[in-house]
Amino acid sequence: MRKKLDEQFDELNKQFILLGSVCEKNLGEDFAALQNRDRERALYVFNQKYDLANRSRDIERLCLSLILREQPVASDLRLVSAVLKMVTDLDRIGAQGIDIAEIVTTYDYTLVGPSFDLLIKMAESVRQIMHKAIDSFVRLDLHVAEDVLKSDDGIDKYFMMVKQSIIEEMSNTPDHRVSLDVLLMAKYLERTADHCCNIAQWVLYVITGKQPGVSA
Amino acid sequence: MSAQIKTEEKNIFTVRQFNQWYGDHHALHNINMDIKEHSITALIGPSGCGKSTFIRNLNRMNDLIPSVKLEGSILYHDQELVNSDIDVSKLRKEVGMVFQKPNPFPMSIYDNIAYGPRTHGVRNRAKLDALVENSLRAAAIYDEVKDRIHTSALGLSGGQQQRLCIARALAVQPEVLLMDEPTSALDPISTGKIEELALELKEKYSIVIVTHNMQQALRISDYTAFFLLGDLVEFGPTDKIFSKPEDKRTEDYITGRFG
Repeated sequence: MRKKLDEQFDELNKQFILLGSVCEKNLGEDFAALQNRDRERALYVFNQKYDLANRSRDIERLCLSLILREQPVASDLRLVSAVLKMVTDLDRIGAQGIDIAEIVTTYDYTLVGPSFDLLIKMAESVRQIMHKAIDSFVRLDLHVAEDVLKSDDGIDKYFMMVKQSIIEEMSNTPDHRVSLDVLLMAKYLERTADHCCNIAQWVLYVITGKQPGVSA
Repeated sequence: MSAQIKTEEKNIFTVRQFNQWYGDHHALHNINMDIKEHSITALIGPSGCGKSTFIRNLNRMNDLIPSVKLEGSILYHDQELVNSDIDVSKLRKEVGMVFQKPNPFPMSIYDNIAYGPRTHGVRNRAKLDALVENSLRAAAIYDEVKDRIHTSALGLSGGQQQRLCIARALAVQPEVLLMDEPTSALDPISTGKIEELALELKEKYSIVIVTHNMQQALRISDYTAFFLLGDLVEFGPTDKIFSKPEDKRTEDYITGRFG
């Protein structure tokens, strides 16, 4: 008797995981493009702007339709409401991937300081966290979700290191354009990691029923 | 709403280790429940799970079935209902019941409402008039019937008849209203009116409702009890039961995995 409902849940899962994997891939592509000085690759990511937004709207529509038609309760309700919240985070992650791609398409390689290397390392860490966040949802794995939450401090530290490095670079050079680009990208990465933590918290809600940010 | 049953609220019924048999059939197994005053408690579960059987013990309706055997305890306040020698008609005055199918008496609207009070000795015309009007008002049907109060109750719509039956139950000034699927024969508008009424009535009365409509349980009840095959599987605050049930059988039932 749940055949139709289960099919809709399968579709919702599929679409959410697909959007998550596209966002993760884009982040990898952004920094591969940056390292390889491949503007075409960055442009390819940038051009997905509307496609990503449409995918998010499709997921929202599916959630709203499920709520309207099926009036889900218990684990069904927790899943639909969590996806409806998480899709906003994925939407932002996707948009930040696009913003980074836009910077990469115009990046000036004349000045590459230590902050650049730190940024590349930070990007790889964020990509791994993102992978874990999506994975925690796919497997509804409490431990993986908790791991994501624990890794946020490391990303915040990376951001502070990049920032410190940029301050030093700025004091040594009159041209600050590139430094500002690196700082912006680091900030986008730091925000992406925050959204991954939000996703992990909603995965925990699906599993435990505990609403993020509410004690006891 | 807190995730726990509010222990500071007074029990109207305290059910302990309650068992019921119909002949050899063991219909209810070791039921334990604290039903709270001034709240709506919904009983849910698939057909044949024991919820209607259970609710009928709260005003001794099962006394009428000869093969019934009971064990355990149901306290109404401090009064033992199980196998005890009590004044059953007094109990049913205090614990009124509304059934699935509206069952007005084949008499006028006025006489339907006045029937209970008259049985309990109220003869004064002015007092009866006031009781009839107040009961009809409390059941949110007065404005619809005030101009035809002396015409037959059978001329009312199904939804109006059901509210008349609620008014009739209220006329003897009960403390508890038991409702056994009170809206299953009604259209959505009449259902909405009964639900709204139940929410208003819980300020003055305690309500126990059997329902097959889980959205109804969600909309109006404070506590929900899930019965399955004669067991009380889970009992707790409605928000908790429908968002994070403890028992897998509850989860499976409310999400439509069986039942």
